[in-house]
Amino acid sequence: MSDAQGQSWPAIVARDLVKEYKTAGGVLSSARQRGPAAVDGVSLTVARGETFGLIGPDGAGKTTLTRVLLGLLARTAGESRVFGYDSMTEPYAIRERVGYIAQRFALPADMTVMENLRFFADVQGVGRADQRRRIPELLEFAGLTKFTKLLAGRLSGGMKKKLALACSLIHEPQLVLLDEPTLGIDPVSRREFWSLLGNLRAEKGLTIFVCTPYMDEAERCNRVGLLYNGRLVTCDTPAVIKQAAPGHLLEFTPSDFVPAQRLVAGLAGVLELQTYGMMLHAFVDDPLARRPQIEAALTAQGIFCIGIREIEPRMEEAFISLITREARKGI
Amino acid sequence: MGKRTQRLAALIRKETTQLLRDRRTLTIIMTLPLIELFLFAYAVRLTVDHLPTVVADMSMDPQSRSFVNALVNSNYFDITGYVASQADVVRAIDEGRAKAGLVIPPDFATRVERGNAEALVILDGSDSFSVSSGYSAAVAVGQDRALGLAAEQARRLGIELKITPIVASVQLLYNPSLNDLIFIMPGLVAMLLQILTVLTTAQAVVKEYELGTIEGLLATPARPLELVVGKLAPNMLLMLVNLGFTTLVGVFWFGVPFQGDPWLFAWLSVLFVASGLALGLLVSSIARTQREAQQVSAMISLVSMLLTGFIYPRGPMPAAIRLVGNLIPLTYFIRIARGIITKGIGLSFMWTDAVALVIYGVVILGFAAMTTKKRLG
Repeated sequence: MSDAQGQSWPAIVARDLVKEYKTAGGVLSSARQRGPAAVDGVSLTVARGETFGLIGPDGAGKTTLTRVLLGLLARTAGESRVFGYDSMTEPYAIRERVGYIAQRFALPADMTVMENLRFFADVQGVGRADQRRRIPELLEFAGLTKFTKLLAGRLSGGMKKKLALACSLIHEPQLVLLDEPTLGIDPVSRREFWSLLGNLRAEKGLTIFVCTPYMDEAERCNRVGLLYNGRLVTCDTPAVIKQAAPGHLLEFTPSDFVPAQRLVAGLAGVLELQTYGMMLHAFVDDPLARRPQIEAALTAQGIFCIGIREIEPRMEEAFISLITREARKGI
Repeated sequence: MGKRTQRLAALIRKETTQLLRDRRTLTIIMTLPLIELFLFAYAVRLTVDHLPTVVADMSMDPQSRSFVNALVNSNYFDITGYVASQADVVRAIDEGRAKAGLVIPPDFATRVERGNAEALVILDGSDSFSVSSGYSAAVAVGQDRALGLAAEQARRLGIELKITPIVASVQLLYNPSLNDLIFIMPGLVAMLLQILTVLTTAQAVVKEYELGTIEGLLATPARPLELVVGKLAPNMLLMLVNLGFTTLVGVFWFGVPFQGDPWLFAWLSVLFVASGLALGLLVSSIARTQREAQQVSAMISLVSMLLTGFIYPRGPMPAAIRLVGNLIPLTYFIRIARGIITKGIGLSFMWTDAVALVIYGVVILGFAAMTTKKRLG
């Protein structure tokens, strides 16, 4: 495919994408059995310049989907393209144009910050002149200018991620795929990492595809896809997804948690009940009417109800609500 | 510079940097062959002599004493003590005070005169090296004494006996002084190089998986073949330097004669190291952690030690076991190394082994490439 053709394609296109892992069949079984699908008929489009968040519980298939897009795993069925290049037949054209931070990705720890950047620049075929320009730029951008001679293994978790981001950007990709890039780093570093991404989005129009388990990160995306058991349950803007939670949300802390939970779940007008630490989140059809009813029902059982109030559903509540409904469907 | 060249150069540079930065591993790789060479040169003996021996001489006459002297003079037996009975001899061996014992019955001298004397040599059968040398020494000394006595008796009767009508005169080619080191050195160098090559290659690859650096590499435009070549080339160079260095120490420090063509040896070493790298790559596609890689490599080392002809001859092994030995590149290279270093023969005598190494390397490399490809999936 020519680049001109590639220009008209969205950053990522997946159609009815399926990835099944082969389970190890016994020696005696004649054919290898097909395992459950890790990615089960996913269709999604990520436009150029968009920040797309893929959320979902562990094991939902986020990493598998990302790897299939890059051609690191063979897909079982369907279609997957990055900038119009097929993941299976043109993986190198894709890899020249995207940056990738894998979930378990580590940089060679026994090479310095500078050696790492040079290495990835060379492997990506970045010319010497471009390297002289890009490397100081990226060091500055990632705040690593002072640490060029430090071994990558000596960097803190947050700095490692920033170095990984710098390395993945060395060849000026149009798209970065980030698989849980802030896993296991402290909140301050997470915030810094996302502000770096924000700058990239604003200045370079970079397309960002990010897998994340964090709802606050999902809220920073233009669009969010919710993956569950390999299926894309929903795919929309964070604002629309938040509406997916049914009715209105009442939050309160009961004095006796377990009986309160049992009691409230059975009340009329309670559409869904979620636990949130020591608190209960009750989705109700009419908050003004249901609030006194809940309080009364609890008091009748001798349970105090502390700080009951109506709150705006967040991504987290919408997420749990969607997952719960999806799980029920599956049974 | 083309992108392909740039990529390959970057991969080789990365591997070299990491290899040179891992000082501990580097030290082990470079010194292990030397340490082994020193041990075999100065400490380890394959033939056992000067066995500590106790004697129960119940005859105590010139005949028995001259038989004991003959055993001592053979240099295989050192008398460490005299005891009273056969039971005491066995006890001494039980207690580990002696490896061998000699029991001479009370009527030894008279029976010598009658021509049917017996002396009992008892050997510690739990130590096979002692048994084999002690056994042949004792039999040889006994026969020699018997022939001597027979000739003496005959002479007393006035007959001149030609006591040895047939003499098997033996000429030892290549190693006339039966120097263990000449036998051991080529095999030792080859074996250690194989062990180190397999282990370091497997470790280098598995490490990338274990540390999670592999996915970052795979997600670049680098082709699988480039990744493999980038990984193997620096290791190959290191092992060749190591092989050359150890051989030079063996030849110039320990005086092991190098009879053949050094260049032929160098070229075939390249083949050998390459097949070792391929084997290491295969190990890396089986093992998931560095620990597993070590264990699999250790198993290959053990099999190499036993089945390749390094110490134990392959001739008496059952055909099936010999086949297992054929799966190890060392089997071919030991013959090549001994052929060139010790015997000084040329390629025309060992081209089959050279071809086997080539085929081996190609097949294993293909196999390893196939299994490596499936790793992420």
